[in-house]
Amino acid sequence: MMKIPCPHCGVRDENEFQCGGTAHLARPALDASDREWGEYLYFRDNPKGSHRERWRHAYGCGRWFNVVRDTLTHEISAVYPITETPAR
Amino acid sequence: MSRWRTASGGRIDRTRALAFRFDGVRYEGLAGDTLASALLANGVHLVGRSFKYHRPRGIVTAGAEEPSALVAVRRDGARETPNLRATQVELYEGLDALSQNRWPSLARDVGRINDWLSPLFPAGFYYKTFMWPKSAWKSVYEPVIRRAAGLGVAPTEPDPDRYAQCYAHCDVLVVGAGPAGLAAALAAADQGARVMICDEQSEFGGSLLADRHATIDGASAAAWVARAVADLAAHPRVVCLTRTTAFGYFPHNLIGLAERLTDHLDAPAPQAARERLWQVRARSVVLATGAVERPLVFPGNDRPGVMLAGAARTYLNRYGVRVGDRVVLVTATDAGYQAAIDLRDAGVAVVGIADLRPTVSGELPAAARAAGIEVTESATVLGTSGNRRVAGITIARTTSAGTGGDRRTLACDAVLMSGGFTPSVHLFSQSRGKLRWSDDHQAFLPDRSAERERSAGACRGATDLAAAIADGLEAGAESAPTRTAAARRITARSPRSADRGYLGAVPLASDASQKSFVDWQHDVTIKDLAIATREGFRSIEHVKRFTTMGMATDQGKTSNLNALAIVARAIDAPIPSVGLTTFRMPYTPTTFGAFAGPSRGDLFDPVRRTPIHAWAAAAGAVFEDVGMWKRARYFPERGEDMHAAVARECRAVRSACGLFDASTLGKIEVVGPGAAEFLERLYVNSWANLGVGRCRYGILCREDGFIYDDGVIARLAADRFHVTTTTGGAPRVLAMMEDYRQTEWPDLEVWLTSTTEQWAVIAVQGPDAREVLRGCVEGIDLDAAALPHMSVAAARICGIEGLVMRVSFSGELGYELNVPADHGLGVWKAVHAAGAAHGITCYGTETMHVLRAEKGYIIVGQDTDGTVTPDDAGLSWAVGRKKPDFVGRRSLQRQSMQAPDRKQLVGLRPRDGRTLLDEGAQVAERPDQRPPMRLVGHVTSSYQSAVLGVPIALAMVAGGRARLGQTLYIPMPGGDVEVEVVSPVFYDPKGERINA
Ligand SMILES: [Zn+2]
Repeated sequence: MMKIPCPHCGVRDENEFQCGGTAHLARPALDASDREWGEYLYFRDNPKGSHRERWRHAYGCGRWFNVVRDTLTHEISAVYPITETPAR
Repeated sequence: MSRWRTASGGRIDRTRALAFRFDGVRYEGLAGDTLASALLANGVHLVGRSFKYHRPRGIVTAGAEEPSALVAVRRDGARETPNLRATQVELYEGLDALSQNRWPSLARDVGRINDWLSPLFPAGFYYKTFMWPKSAWKSVYEPVIRRAAGLGVAPTEPDPDRYAQCYAHCDVLVVGAGPAGLAAALAAADQGARVMICDEQSEFGGSLLADRHATIDGASAAAWVARAVADLAAHPRVVCLTRTTAFGYFPHNLIGLAERLTDHLDAPAPQAARERLWQVRARSVVLATGAVERPLVFPGNDRPGVMLAGAARTYLNRYGVRVGDRVVLVTATDAGYQAAIDLRDAGVAVVGIADLRPTVSGELPAAARAAGIEVTESATVLGTSGNRRVAGITIARTTSAGTGGDRRTLACDAVLMSGGFTPSVHLFSQSRGKLRWSDDHQAFLPDRSAERERSAGACRGATDLAAAIADGLEAGAESAPTRTAAARRITARSPRSADRGYLGAVPLASDASQKSFVDWQHDVTIKDLAIATREGFRSIEHVKRFTTMGMATDQGKTSNLNALAIVARAIDAPIPSVGLTTFRMPYTPTTFGAFAGPSRGDLFDPVRRTPIHAWAAAAGAVFEDVGMWKRARYFPERGEDMHAAVARECRAVRSACGLFDASTLGKIEVVGPGAAEFLERLYVNSWANLGVGRCRYGILCREDGFIYDDGVIARLAADRFHVTTTTGGAPRVLAMMEDYRQTEWPDLEVWLTSTTEQWAVIAVQGPDAREVLRGCVEGIDLDAAALPHMSVAAARICGIEGLVMRVSFSGELGYELNVPADHGLGVWKAVHAAGAAHGITCYGTETMHVLRAEKGYIIVGQDTDGTVTPDDAGLSWAVGRKKPDFVGRRSLQRQSMQAPDRKQLVGLRPRDGRTLLDEGAQVAERPDQRPPMRLVGHVTSSYQSAVLGVPIALAMVAGGRARLGQTLYIPMPGGDVEVEVVSPVFYDPKGERINA
């Protein structure tokens, strides 16, 4: 079980949190093709290594935030606000 | 005293004899024995039958890695634990153990025929032999295979024991209390660290408990261990846990420990917890898990009496048990010689030593030779003899021509083998640390850590005692949060041994007629591995699955490396390139009881009850589980079954008035200047145009366009909405709302509050509902013109401030009274009393389902399954056409979402007017089809309609709305049922009753 640093409450055990999957998915414009929209809905990368993902402190403050986690080692290298988009 | 027990020495208590039973036969052992040592002290070597071939099997090891001696230990009918390693079962007075996988008895086992038929059961035979006919799998193959090839049997009675769980935090967790672990714990404690140290055995000391020769700080190994243990126990910041297995390494240094508290006691206190599960969060972890000795793979290596040299040494030095009278050592290490020397000193005849290495020198071999033991170099083993116990071994010298010279058969009653030492890297590997192959050690060693962790001692190749202790000291000191105290020094001395060992099958093994076992527990031989490589498997992960090598409960602790070497040689590849199988938790089997802890029975899952629950129970309601809620399903009167009760309840609602507890409805208040806009963006419906005091049926889709939840939403004020959800849906709907509020539309000023448990909801439904409520509701006009269908008003309800919503899930004139939960029961009773004159009838969820199905109202999760759009469910009228966007809108425009052959909600009526369809039944276009059938839909809801007097059903049918009037067929156990496709609205299609 991971320890996740909630930016509002501090470090808590993983079972207080809910994972919201990959962060910063860019929603295509409404006039995007069916194919493009379908890929947005259903296709996800499954990277080995650094992954930006959304977490919510569901059994705590209830706030969403972003996490950079290594999918292999579970190392959490950064936590930042949900509305922040990092420079690519 | 048994003749195999030594006269003195060891760590058993010779003053305390313990009686025990094995397969019903009474034996005697000593306090401090394991079941394995006690059996060996009685000359019992045959302890089980093997998994596949039912071969006689004995005790191979003296520890957790035991692949062979699996037994069941029985205290009573409910306390029979199968598949325990006899090497880990501590003896107690009256212990009752049973061998496994034999019938009718261990000595005469008919399954042995599998061994003679073994050419029929090569690797992969499950996959190839038992394919057709398919029907035979269930009736013949599986039961027979399961019976013939198996482990122990679990008890059928509930587990009566209590299991505790706790959490702990420490600076340094040391796993393993052998020389390296003890040194690490001492060093960390010296620096002031909070230390926890655990070991799976009954006492700390590890390999030192069986070491007669080592000296540490000038004392014997045993004396030093006693001092170290006393020091740690006296230390205020150290927690010592014996009988505690670190079974799992989880992310961020969370280690799972299973502590066995009472299994070693002859009479555990009735209230005592049997095991304790620890979840330890450690700042740093020191893994001092040691190494396990490897068997040698030679023909006939699985006969009872063939065991690891180190195990024989442990039985002698720790338990005072001689494993035989005449032993032969087959070795590729110097460490094996130590066992031979110790046994010889104890009066055992060492008939010979066969060393696989071409030239043997060094301290220990020299001592063996000096003692007059004959050593054969460049040796190999051609086979063994003996029925239920090894009686002889044939050895030879491998010649340069590749044949066996100097063939000799030695009579013996035990064979010791020492193939080298495999570091126990299980926990390190579970922590996702990277291993590297070391040619020097002929082993995988920990390389790069993934966690704040380090290995120390033999588990990272430091097998020499002084090196292991030095490594432990360094690991402990460097793991402590601060280093202020001077570093501790410990001097140690033990005979030097060269232990690079030998991997794979011994020379000439594949030519032998006898089987050479690699994996004792799953009966995998070198031949099976050869078949796997011939079949083209190259990766060890594939070989493992094809042969089941290493997949037994021991996870191949003694077998994996030998298997790897054999495969590498067969395909002519270096060992590291063949790979290493993944180590998974648990390290040794861990009971479900430990994981479940107190979460069983009433504490398994919380139960939610409505404020009216007790009243309904007293009224005789039958309840059903809906999510965590207990809901009244129906209220039977005297002598009624469910069918009769539901029919009566249905008639009452349609003809007079019914009373229903709808408190479980999920409720969310959406408040703020942005509330209307928020719902506008989220739900498919329009909300901006919903007037204050009005309600609307809302549909919530996910972004993929499929229905996620539904419910009536009331606008209480311009900036305040009372959102209802399905009973089970409230948490996920609130979570979805929060997600969009925080992450997509942080600009909207809106607040979300769960109010499910703030309100009791009492539904009053039926043509007389208004008349019943006239005496209950004050402050509002109940007339249709003032409070029409789908409106809401604040009112005093039986004296309590609440909300009256005119809504209906029955199709009748209906109201839902919302009052604060604390007043729910009082209001319910008052309304029930007020309705007596109108024959008010309590009804439950079953009647609610029938009534809504008669009206074609869907239940999300019953009529929908996560692939149903609003249009599929016939609800496209609810979708706000003019809205620029809402969650799911773009997905609903995808071409596939418009396809005319999508499954659509329809009604079905059986043509015979009698047959009730099965929910979940398939829908076919043609009758009497044979598999594979063409199917066009499925039945989602099916009930007997009391008001119509016929069975009705809802179904999702491909292109269903274009099929009205068509005949379709429902395959049921009694044959196809002919049905007519009809509108899903069976009753009052114009909706006149609801607007009354
Ligand atoms: Zn928080």
